[in-house]
Amino acid sequence: MSAFYDEVQKIRERYPEGSRSAALPALRLAQERHGYLSREALEEAADALDVTPAFCYSVATFYDMFHLEPVGTHTIEICTNLPCGLCGAQKVVEAFEEALGIKAGETTEDGNVTLKAVECLGGCGYATVVAVDHRYRHHVKPEDAAGIVEGLDG
Amino acid sequence: MAEHTLLGGTEDHDLTKLAEYRAIGGYGAGLDRARAMTSDELIDELQKATLRGRGGAGFPMGRKASLIDRKNAKPKYLVVNADESEPGAFKDRQVMATVPHRLIEGCLIAAHAIESKDVFIYIRGEYLTEYEILAAAVEEARKAGLLGAVEITVHRGAGAYICGEETALLESLEGKRGQPRPRPPFPPIQGLYMAPTQINNVCTIATVPLILDMGAEAFAKTGVPSSPGTAIFSVSGNVVRPGNYELPLGTPMRTLIYDHAGGIADGRELKAVIPGGSSVPALTPDQIDVPLDYDSLGAIGTFFGAASLIVVDDRCCMVQLALRSTKFYMHESCGKCTPCRVGTRWMVQILESIENGTATRADLDLLENVGDNILGKVLCALGEFAVYPVDSYLKKWRPEFVAHVDGGGCPFHGSSSLEGILAPSDQHSGMHTKLEVLV
Repeated sequence: MSAFYDEVQKIRERYPEGSRSAALPALRLAQERHGYLSREALEEAADALDVTPAFCYSVATFYDMFHLEPVGTHTIEICTNLPCGLCGAQKVVEAFEEALGIKAGETTEDGNVTLKAVECLGGCGYATVVAVDHRYRHHVKPEDAAGIVEGLDG
Repeated sequence: MAEHTLLGGTEDHDLTKLAEYRAIGGYGAGLDRARAMTSDELIDELQKATLRGRGGAGFPMGRKASLIDRKNAKPKYLVVNADESEPGAFKDRQVMATVPHRLIEGCLIAAHAIESKDVFIYIRGEYLTEYEILAAAVEEARKAGLLGAVEITVHRGAGAYICGEETALLESLEGKRGQPRPRPPFPPIQGLYMAPTQINNVCTIATVPLILDMGAEAFAKTGVPSSPGTAIFSVSGNVVRPGNYELPLGTPMRTLIYDHAGGIADGRELKAVIPGGSSVPALTPDQIDVPLDYDSLGAIGTFFGAASLIVVDDRCCMVQLALRSTKFYMHESCGKCTPCRVGTRWMVQILESIENGTATRADLDLLENVGDNILGKVLCALGEFAVYPVDSYLKKWRPEFVAHVDGGGCPFHGSSSLEGILAPSDQHSGMHTKLEVLV
């Protein structure tokens, strides 16, 4: 059996027998391995969880952090909910769009960066919040966009 | 403990480290006192403290513990709701990042009260750094033998606002789509894995060690009689010094906004305060002398909520505010109840037509009508959270809505602070596009 299978079994031990509580951790691991939840990734997770691929698909489609299509190597997620919005988040979105040459919701042609507007990240007092590869940057200003993009590995 | 506050000690100590938390009295006399008590005695102590839940509903924590079906042969579970996702709220995150051991100590005491050996902390998936800090703190406490027979598991969510709703959280923790359950049965009778379950917010549980350390009677004398203790208030939006401020309950809202947060930024005028996170009715500037506690805010028609104030200055168009807020609730609706799933979409469409000047005055009534048909007709509070704020903007700033309709467009002429703000629901393609066609 694969290392992935073994790792999922270890996670399953933390929860009562017969429960599906390991589904979210297993899908997260599968996504890390494959880059996104492809059919193959969902089947692998289903096998390790002892559930159907359809169950994994139904769970994966519910949560924003699971990707059912390929995404960039890097992700830049900009909060545009009310508190960040009131403090100028739209200008930050536009600055990143310009720096990357794509619109929010798109991935650069070379597959390196996905840019997204996202709902509240829980950093409202430090607007605008931008998550770069899931690590928060606080107080991001439009003029910071180019530097953040340059700082990403090619 | 020298200072009986949630964030107490963080200025001089790195309380993510076990040794430093112990140096200020952590895992000390309070925990020993709790462990020496029987379950009944401890629940009694917690009831005397009258600590009210900090997650939003304000239900007394001790009373919640007393409702647990302890005679049930199944395991009892304690679940900590760390799925902080309410726009405006960022307090739980600071607790987990700076005082994780206070939360863990609270878990041990609360678990003892309900005779639980299994604790799950459900943390929102986006809080990666906080997850790492908290998981490391749990591991450090375990290695030091502090957990005793209690197992604490930090479980990460995967991005869904609805999972902050307690029964949706349980579904998600069971590995399913996070959709709310019908009640009854309530979680203290049938919760996680159909077993008796207590669910509390991070700040509620992290306050428990303070109660045991100072004694319930002394704790009950802090804050105001109906809402004892301190709360961490998250202040965001158009203020000079946004951030988290821990203050006694009952502190006037004006003091928080003007003295602590430095007043309105950029020399602008205050227009609105959304006091409990984006889901609650907004207040006008003449209402901000209200004391910040559950009952005082309730008396003026709003909610304490997640103690998260979004301060809005006079540059903001209230129709745009309503539209952006509703796009969030539409995006986060789990889809289970039709009034919420479809109603939030209708609200977005009506608000868009008001904003772009194609609506009629009858559409303002229609907007209210759609809201009325969501309220009370859904399984959980999310649908209502979409309606409460919009309803308040419509009632309190009605002339602004009417000006959009009569003037055939937005009177802010492109100068609103939320002008053109993009929402995630605007950018999705594929599946989401197809869903829009269905309604």
